[in-house]
Amino acid sequence: MKAQTDLRHTCFYDFHVRHGAKMVDFAGWAMPLLYRSIIAEHQHTRRYASIFDVSHMGRLHFSGAGAPAFLEHVLTRDLADTVVGQSRYSLVCNPQGGILDDVIISRFEKHWLMVCNAVNRAKLGRWFQDQSTRFDVRIKDETENTAMVAIQGPAALPLLDSLLPEPAGNLLAYHFAVQHYLFLPFTVFRSGYTGEDGVEIICSATAAKMAVDFLLRHQEQASSTTLQPAGLGARDTLRLEAGLPLYGHELSELVDPIAAGLGWAVAQEKRFIGSEILSRIRRDGPARRMVGLLVDGPRIPRPEMEIWRQGKTAGRITSGAASPTLGRTIALAYLDSDAAAPGTAVEVDIRGQRTPAVVTQLPFYRRTNKGNDHGSSPRPVLHTDA
Amino acid sequence: MEAPPDRFYTPTHEWIKPDGDAALVGITRFAVDELTDVTYVELPAPGASLTAGKPFGEIESVKTAGELYAPVSGEVIEANAAVKKDPSLINQDPYGKAWLIRIKTGPNDYSGLMTAQQYQATTAKP
Repeated sequence: MKAQTDLRHTCFYDFHVRHGAKMVDFAGWAMPLLYRSIIAEHQHTRRYASIFDVSHMGRLHFSGAGAPAFLEHVLTRDLADTVVGQSRYSLVCNPQGGILDDVIISRFEKHWLMVCNAVNRAKLGRWFQDQSTRFDVRIKDETENTAMVAIQGPAALPLLDSLLPEPAGNLLAYHFAVQHYLFLPFTVFRSGYTGEDGVEIICSATAAKMAVDFLLRHQEQASSTTLQPAGLGARDTLRLEAGLPLYGHELSELVDPIAAGLGWAVAQEKRFIGSEILSRIRRDGPARRMVGLLVDGPRIPRPEMEIWRQGKTAGRITSGAASPTLGRTIALAYLDSDAAAPGTAVEVDIRGQRTPAVVTQLPFYRRTNKGNDHGSSPRPVLHTDA
Repeated sequence: MEAPPDRFYTPTHEWIKPDGDAALVGITRFAVDELTDVTYVELPAPGASLTAGKPFGEIESVKTAGELYAPVSGEVIEANAAVKKDPSLINQDPYGKAWLIRIKTGPNDYSGLMTAQQYQATTAKP
């Protein structure tokens, strides 16, 4: 771990410290792991709403007449039918079909914005430069000029609708809108990484500090504890319950999107980097697949732990957690395809102890309020702990 | 970081509180803060013998897993059933209710361990 002083700070660093965050090195950024407790922050997000600083994530800006063709070349997802104001989840693959990153690409009027993983930002920057020579495209890294927060949970949209000039509840899932507060523009995306409804907001670095103070002051005036800050620890257990893969755990250059269960994000009608191998893998079936596991007992499987079936190794754990919502131990793993069907019984080697587990349908957790998919959400009652 | 003066400390963040020829063993607030929410603890049964500096159990949290090391040699009298039942007790009260094991130590020399003041110096943030 680097000394804390070598780490990059997001616009919200002072905010984190003031709120008692335990700061950790995440991909070279000083980020809050937790403020009070990972479990408490997780549960607060599922019941009310949490605000997460995700400013460490990369924000790359693509413009020029050749930008659409360039993005079609480097992204696995079809973009031809996207409209302005729409976002799409996609993979970036190498020619071998290995995953370089998973990203969200958004179409603005005159440019495209890609949000990528912090850990892959420098690598992707180089990769895109190398691939862009025969395209009329300009690539600008906007990460450090901007800030990004996620506000997630059943109370997130009602809360924001009372604060924002235009209600975010009007946005369809994976759509966004540029709004203005006074003269400051910011973009509200109906997306997230927690399994809850909510938004992600990107604004300029200068506007960011004002915005958070405003939000929390509003909350204090309303003497409400609906919105609480949550750290990367809760973000990890929330996404795990929602069955969402994390780069560096479920996704890497050694894994292809079909094995990762992301075949739906790989276009079949276009050519792009990796398309030949990926269509072959789709046809023949991947050798292994990402699965969810329900694990017996309280011990948490950790990444790289071996999974056994019928006396042979059949795979490895990629993430594990004590699920606060299910009250059970859960894990994501890769298993040989013949052992990957839901209901298959396996054993996880947890520090020498063979622990029974069963393959289960993902996600582990699905929210009951499906408003995000229709664009007009039923409004949950605002709760306060006070 | 909080460390009561009525006990001794190890470099691996256990504490031991002498009580006649027995002692209570637990982990420090610093260790708890590093672990984050504790989810599981594996403790030895009564009668198990402990060797100073050797592992006697395991502790797991939301974030990580680690071993517990015996501050001194001795024999386990009792493992704390309350902590086994509710490991989050360790986050709430690591120096009190969430002691881990009670051990029989015999006449023991604690001079190899740290005082609260010495321990606090090792965990001070630069």
